[in-house]
Amino acid sequence: MTVAGVTTDWEMVVGLEVHCELATSTKLFCACRNAFGDEPNTNVCPVCLGLPGSLPVLNRHAVELAMRVGLALHCRVEPSIFHRKNYFYPDMPKDYQVSQYDEPLNVGGWLELPDGGRVGITRAHMEEDTGKTTHVGGGGGRIHGADHSLVDYNRAGVPLVEIVSEPDIRTAEQAKAYVNELRAILVAIGASDARMEEGSLRIDANVSVRRGGEDALGTRAEIKNLNSVRSLGRALEYEARRQVALLEAGEAVVQETRHWNEDEGRTSSMRSKEEAYDYRYFPEPDLVPLAPSDEWLAGVRAGLPALPADRRAALAEVAGVGGADPSVAVVVQLGLDGLVKDAIGAGVDARLALTRAANELANRGAPEPAAFATVLRMEAGGRLTATQAKAVLAELAESGGDPEKIARARGFEALGGDVVAAAVDAAIAESPEEWARYAAGEAKLAGFFVGKVMAATRGKADGKAVTALLRERLTSA
Amino acid sequence: MAGISRDQVVHVARLARLDLSEDELDRFTVQLGAVLEHVAGLEALDTAGVPPTAHPLPLVNVLRDDVPAPSLDRDEVLAQAPAAEDGRFRVPRILGEAP
Amino acid sequence: MTGALGIAGDVRAGRRSAREVVEEHLAAIAAREDELHAFNLVLAGEARAAAAEVDRRVAAGEDPGPLAGVPVALKDNLCTRGIPTTCSSRILADWRPPYDATVVRRLRDAGAVIVGKTNMDEFAMGSSTENSAFGPTRNPHDPTRVPGGSSGGSAAAVAAGFSALALGSDTGGSIRQPAALCGVVGVKPTYGRVSRYGLVAFASSLDQVGPLAGSVADAALALEVIAGHDPADSTSVAQPAPSLLGELDRGVDGLRIGVLSELVEGVDPDVGTRLAEAAAALEAAGAKVDDAHIPAARLGLSAYYLIATAEASSNLARYDGVRYGLRVDGDDVTAMYGATRAAGFGAEVKRRIMLGTYALSAGYYDAYYGQSQRVRTLLIRDFEAAYESYDLLLAPTTPTTAFPLGAKTDDPLAMYLSDVCTIPSNLAGHPAIAVPYGRGDDGLPVGLQLLAPALGEATMFRAAAALEASLRSGTGASAA
Repeated sequence: MTVAGVTTDWEMVVGLEVHCELATSTKLFCACRNAFGDEPNTNVCPVCLGLPGSLPVLNRHAVELAMRVGLALHCRVEPSIFHRKNYFYPDMPKDYQVSQYDEPLNVGGWLELPDGGRVGITRAHMEEDTGKTTHVGGGGGRIHGADHSLVDYNRAGVPLVEIVSEPDIRTAEQAKAYVNELRAILVAIGASDARMEEGSLRIDANVSVRRGGEDALGTRAEIKNLNSVRSLGRALEYEARRQVALLEAGEAVVQETRHWNEDEGRTSSMRSKEEAYDYRYFPEPDLVPLAPSDEWLAGVRAGLPALPADRRAALAEVAGVGGADPSVAVVVQLGLDGLVKDAIGAGVDARLALTRAANELANRGAPEPAAFATVLRMEAGGRLTATQAKAVLAELAESGGDPEKIARARGFEALGGDVVAAAVDAAIAESPEEWARYAAGEAKLAGFFVGKVMAATRGKADGKAVTALLRERLTSA
Repeated sequence: MAGISRDQVVHVARLARLDLSEDELDRFTVQLGAVLEHVAGLEALDTAGVPPTAHPLPLVNVLRDDVPAPSLDRDEVLAQAPAAEDGRFRVPRILGEAP
Repeated sequence: MTGALGIAGDVRAGRRSAREVVEEHLAAIAAREDELHAFNLVLAGEARAAAAEVDRRVAAGEDPGPLAGVPVALKDNLCTRGIPTTCSSRILADWRPPYDATVVRRLRDAGAVIVGKTNMDEFAMGSSTENSAFGPTRNPHDPTRVPGGSSGGSAAAVAAGFSALALGSDTGGSIRQPAALCGVVGVKPTYGRVSRYGLVAFASSLDQVGPLAGSVADAALALEVIAGHDPADSTSVAQPAPSLLGELDRGVDGLRIGVLSELVEGVDPDVGTRLAEAAAALEAAGAKVDDAHIPAARLGLSAYYLIATAEASSNLARYDGVRYGLRVDGDDVTAMYGATRAAGFGAEVKRRIMLGTYALSAGYYDAYYGQSQRVRTLLIRDFEAAYESYDLLLAPTTPTTAFPLGAKTDDPLAMYLSDVCTIPSNLAGHPAIAVPYGRGDDGLPVGLQLLAPALGEATMFRAAAALEASLRSGTGASAA
C-alpha cells in the first residue's frame, strides 16, 4: 500500500507466517487424539508430556498432509530432518520444540491470488504445537498483571505446518486475499480445517516500509495476536502508518515483536527482537531423516484435488472471460463452478450465469443444474424479468422444485409490451409536474416513474423495459 | 577459542535457567575453562569436506500409523504435579511471551 | 549362587522355587547393602510377589519365560511404573513414572524378578557413582574404592550377589567401566539394538541400555530378552533380538583380532599386562592377533564431551518444576525454573549442562558441536578401515583398577580422561563388551574390552566366551 508521506510516498512490505494445524486423528509424535475442546490434560501421554524416558515417533499421515500443502503451493518436496528449537516456557513439555530448521520438507513455491497476482512461498515445514496457557487474576485473562497461570497440554504435540511467505505482499487487501486463498487451498486439499477462531490457523505478520522505488528492505516489526482476517488488514494499515510516521520524524523503526490490540486499534511493543533469541538449534537425535520416496510423492501429487486457482482458470476458459474476473473468483469460492460450467454448456449466456451464481446463491444451497439453466434461459428469453428470475433462483436454492411451476405459482410472467407501455403512459399522465422535471433533465426521477409502473403492474413489469420506454417517451415528446 | 570468561558463564547459566551462586560461577569458570582448553585440539583438525554424523544408524522414514491409542489417566498425571488447579498444571505468573 | 541361566533352568524345571531364589538374594542384600549402598530402593515386597507369581505359573504347567525367577536389578534411570525412578537426582527424588520402560516390560514378560533400583551417577553423568545425590556406592571387592560409574550400583549388585543380572546404561562407558572395576561382564549393544523407550535420556545419540552379569552366557541371555525392534523408539534397529547363546561355544578359530594400540598406551602397567595375556590366550585359542590402529580414537574424548553434553543440555531442560519432580517456588515462572534447577541438580550435572549449552550456542555451534560431529565421522571411517582387516578389536576398558573414593572428585577433567577407551564405541554406535580378566597388582579386578562392528554381537560374544574360558582353563591370566 502506498502511504502518502510528507515528502515522499512509502511502500508497505509484508511477509506472512501462517501456522496451520493438520487434520490428523492423532498427534505428530504420539497416538493421543488430535482434538479441539476436550477436557484439559485428557489427551496426554508420556510422549506429548515429555516425561523422562519418552521418545517421539513420526505420524505418517501428518507427513502426507504436509506434503500435500507443499505440493499445493508448488514447492519442492525435499529430504528433510527435524531439529530441536530450545527455549523454556511453561507450555513446552520438553522445553524444546521439535521443528525443522535448515533442511525443511517443502521449499520454494508460490501462491496464486484470485486477481492473478503471485506471492512467493519461502518454505512450509513441519513442527509440533505447544500446550495452552490460561492466565488467572490479570483481568480479561491477559498475561499482564496475572497472578498465576494454568497449563493444558492437550494441544502439545499437535502437528503443525508453518507456511512462510516471501515479503511479496504490498497491501492490506492483498494480505487478506492471501490468507483467504491459503485457507481455501488448505481446506480443499483436506490438510486442515483452517479455522482462525479455533486456532487451527494462526497468522503472524512481518511488516516494514520503504520509500517508493527503493530496493532495500526497511527494518521490520513482527505483529502478533491477529485473530481474524479483518484484524490482519487493520493491523497492517496501522503498522505501516506508524512506521512511516517514525521514519519521517527522523526516528528508526525498532526490530521487535508487537502485539495487535483489536479494541484500541493499534500495535504495542512486546519485546525486542533485535537480540534474536539463541535457540541453539541442533538435529533431533531421537528422530531419523525423512526422505519421501518418489512413489509416495507421486501418489500424493496425483491425489490432490483441483485447487482453487485451477478451478478459476477452468471456469474462466469455459466462460470466455479473464481469469482475474471477480465473479469467477466468487463462484469458485462458493463451490458453484461446476454448476455454472454446466449451465454454459447448456447454452446459457456465460456472463449471466456467472453473475446470477455469484450474486444470488451466496449463503444459500445450490439449485439443481438443470433447474438453474432453465431459469436463466427463461430470463434471457424475456419470460422472466431479472427480479423475477432472482426470486425463482432463491426459492430453488432453498427448497428445490421446478422453475416453471414456481414461476406460475408466484404469478410471474413478464407482461406484454403494450401492457407495460400503457402503464408507463398512465404514470406520465398522472404526474405531469414530475414528468416536466424529468424531461428537463432530472434523470433521478426515472426511478419515480418506474416505481409507479411497478406498483400499477404489481411488480410484473421489467424494470429495464420501463426505463427504456421512459427514454423513448422523452425523445418522442 | 579455548577458555571461557566469567561473563560468558553468566550468560550460559541464564540460557540454561540455572541460578548459580557467585562461588559456583567462579568455580565453573575455572573448570569449564580447563575442559575447553582440552577440547581445543579438536578445532585444529582439518575436517573440510567431512559430513557430520548426527545418527550412528542409517535409518530413514520411521513412521507410525495415524491411529489413536488410550491416553494417560489425568488423575495419575496430575498426582505427580507440583501444583495443579482445575485439571491443569499451575505455575507462578509468566512475565513475558514465548521467545 | 548360580547365575541367571542356571536359575532360570532350575525354576522352569521345577528344581528350585523362585521364592527360594529371591529369598537367597534378599538375604545377600540384607547382609551387605548397608555397607555397599548398591540400591536407591530395594523392592523386597514386589520381588516376593513376582517370585510367587512365577512359582504359580510353573505349578500350573506354564512357562514363565527364559528369565523365570531370575533376580534382576535395574539402574534407577529405567522407568518402572508406579515405582520411584530418581536417576539418583534430587530433582526426581519422588517421581513415579506412569509407565514401564520397554526393557522393563520385556524382563517382566520373561519371568524376571525385579529386586531393586540401583544407585548411579546423577543422570548417568560420571564414572564413579560419586555424583549420586544419595551417596556413593562402594566397590564390593574393596569398599574404600569406587565401583565405577555411572552404572556403579548395577555392577556392585551383580558383583556382590544381590542379583543375578542387572541392567545399566552406557553413554561413554557407563556399563563397561563399572563392570571392569567390579569384575563382572558388562555389554554395550549396537546403538539401536535395545529400545531406549523408558530410559531417561542423557545423550540421545549415544545412550544404550545393556546387561551386567556374572558370566558371558548370562549376559547373552539377558541381551536376547531385552533386544529387538521397538516401534516406540524411532532409533531402534528394525531387527529382532540376535541369537547369542548358541554362538558361545563356537570358539575363535580363524578370527582376526586387532589390539587397539592407541588405547593401550597410557594404561597402568598391570592392566597392560593383563591385556597382553588376553591377546596371547586368544591366539592360543586359534585367533590371529595383531596390532590395529584407530588414529582418531583419542580425539573421541573431546568430541564425546561436546556431543554428549550438548544433547544432555537439551534433554535435561524439561526438569523445570512445572509438571513433576522437585519445585522450588519463585515470584515468577523464570525465577522458579532457576531456583528449582539450581537446587535439584548436582555440580557435575550443572557443569555438563553449562558445557553443552555453550557448545550449541550462537557463534560456537560450528566450532564445537559441528566439529565434533565431523570428528565422529572420521572415527567411524577409522573403525570401518580397521574392520576390513579385523573381525574384532581388543582393548583395555579403563586405564586403572578401581580408584579410591574421593580420589578424582576435585578434578572433573581427570575423571573425564578415564573414559578414553570406552567412548569410541559409543560415538561409532558399535557394540562392545567388558570381560573380567584377572586382577591388578592391587588384587582388584581388571576387565578387558572386545569391540565389534555394528550388529556384530554374535562374533563379539563368541570371543568373549573364549576369553572367559581361557581364564577357567588357566591358559591365560592368573585368575586370582
